[in-house]
Amino acid sequence: MSELHLKSWRFRAEREADWRRLERLLDKAEAGGASRLSPDELLEMPVLYRQALSSLSVARSISLDQSLTGYLESLCTRAYFFVYGARTRLPERLARFFRHDWPNAVRALWRETLASFAISGIAALVAFLLVNGDPDWFHSFVNPGLAGGRDPSASTEFLRETLYDHDASMGDGLAVFAAFLFTHNAQVALFAFALGFLLCAPTAALMVLNGGMVGAFLALFASRNLGFEAGGWLMIHGATELFAVILAGAAGFSIGWSVIFPGVQTRLDAAAAAGRRAATAMAGVVCMLMVAGLLEGLGRQLITHDLVRYAIAATTLAGWLAYFYWPRKAAP
Amino acid sequence: MTASAPGDGTRRSVWGRGVGARRRFDGYRELVTPEGVDLRLRIGSYGERLGAMILDLMILGAGLLVFGLLVALAVWSTGATWLSQGAMIVALLALFLGRNFYFFWFEARSRAATPGKRMMGLRVASADGGRLTADAVFARNAMREVEVFLPATFFLMRGEGVDAALIGLGAIWSLVLVLFPLFNADRRRLGDLVAGTIVVKAPKRVLQIDLADADRRISSGLAFSPGQLDAYGIRELHVLEDVIRAGDRKAMAAVAGRIRDKIGWDGPADTADATFLNAYYAALRGRLESRLLFGRRRRDKFDVS
Repeated sequence: MSELHLKSWRFRAEREADWRRLERLLDKAEAGGASRLSPDELLEMPVLYRQALSSLSVARSISLDQSLTGYLESLCTRAYFFVYGARTRLPERLARFFRHDWPNAVRALWRETLASFAISGIAALVAFLLVNGDPDWFHSFVNPGLAGGRDPSASTEFLRETLYDHDASMGDGLAVFAAFLFTHNAQVALFAFALGFLLCAPTAALMVLNGGMVGAFLALFASRNLGFEAGGWLMIHGATELFAVILAGAAGFSIGWSVIFPGVQTRLDAAAAAGRRAATAMAGVVCMLMVAGLLEGLGRQLITHDLVRYAIAATTLAGWLAYFYWPRKAAP
Repeated sequence: MTASAPGDGTRRSVWGRGVGARRRFDGYRELVTPEGVDLRLRIGSYGERLGAMILDLMILGAGLLVFGLLVALAVWSTGATWLSQGAMIVALLALFLGRNFYFFWFEARSRAATPGKRMMGLRVASADGGRLTADAVFARNAMREVEVFLPATFFLMRGEGVDAALIGLGAIWSLVLVLFPLFNADRRRLGDLVAGTIVVKAPKRVLQIDLADADRRISSGLAFSPGQLDAYGIRELHVLEDVIRAGDRKAMAAVAGRIRDKIGWDGPADTADATFLNAYYAALRGRLESRLLFGRRRRDKFDVS
């Protein structure tokens, strides 16, 4: 009877049990990760995968049953993604990120970081001088939603209160306001990163806007002889937050720069490589903004002494700089 | 038998025509495993991607809504003012995390697909065939900010200092980016380009029965001459397979009639269409496969060399 069967039919009959076994293992693994499989099954998987691959290439050359080749293609693809897929567990991945990947990614962006810092600094300086000369410029730099009543028409007393009072000026809404600021800043940082591919221009504009806002605020407080106090109020969390925004700008610049000057790669490949490098730095930037949000929401309300605020600002800044730029051994 | 058969590499998309100097969109992408076998990955089509995106947004929206209602219920039932403030913070953070990390969380796991993608049978893969890294997933989802959420924010901020010109610009911007995948061979959106990823179809397929089973063939008692089997090629064989597997009686009757005419069928005329088609399929496949073993691949009925 068996010679009446087609060769492709016999080919399938001989191997079908192995394919089904691989399919069952994949179902199990996809439902709950590799940890669901026993050690024996884990060892079995690559063997079955190679068998299925060889079945696929044989089936392509001898069988005209398209449902069979389709099935084998889908089976091999699933097995391929499992066998060659990412295998690190989350805790290991996180540890690696904080110990190596993040500082390395930030260090690799040092040129862009300097450029981003320079743009923000110049914007802040220009805004400071403009607002100093004519307070009406203030409104061009600062979004009224973020100012919270702190504008040139406010009294000096009110401005002083906003620096130190943790319940009077904004009342119960303060913690909510801090959460809002965190999500707002994180969104600005993500935009700075994501818009970088447009040849850097929108990222540069965001850096100018952000720097200008800081400069205008400082100029307003300086005009009422509150400059030193406002610096402490700003820098206790700003050392972290402004650094994070500058890094986000640097990440955006690196993508835009690789699109303009791709080097030996194609533009697409260069952008993809830069995008992946910069994305690591960006994941870190979101962490920094969370730290900044905590400092802003808690630290600034509890600590009202100017020098202590400056000390905290200097410590956090030194901490970040050491963490990113201190020479260390290469990752294994 | 005019319908094009999937899987023979001849499908052409209207959108792919004339775009992309190197390669046209044919729905497939070469991916050679380290063992040297090309897996011929199927690229997720634009409609499937859009469907997955809409499903994800609906899931995300429903999740946030339920979460918000639970928080509101907790505040209302306890009536504590300090709780309402905490709830506001939790709600803001949940919105932020949902908007930015829903996609990242699911795509960075071993299945590399959000629930919406999973429903559409899609998954994310690295474009160079290597491992899909968490960095790449982060980058492709951070770009979602400018592709979808930024223009959407303009719409929501209408009347708050955002004027019509800006809304119009945002609409054009998002239209360009939403249509962007149609203009490259791998249906990649901007985030895919920046992260070096592609979205491929990875459906679970079941192994169907072999239609050329000898027992079924012999029980029909039909036999075909070599001349009758030379009427068609591989392409027609595959269409015939689709017709039999679909099991639509009208289509089977039409196809059986055309085959009988074409081959000048003079055997028993009272055979059921399904039996006839199955027998002809098995005989044709046997003939084409044995010629295949001798190195002769007859692509379709016009291939007579």
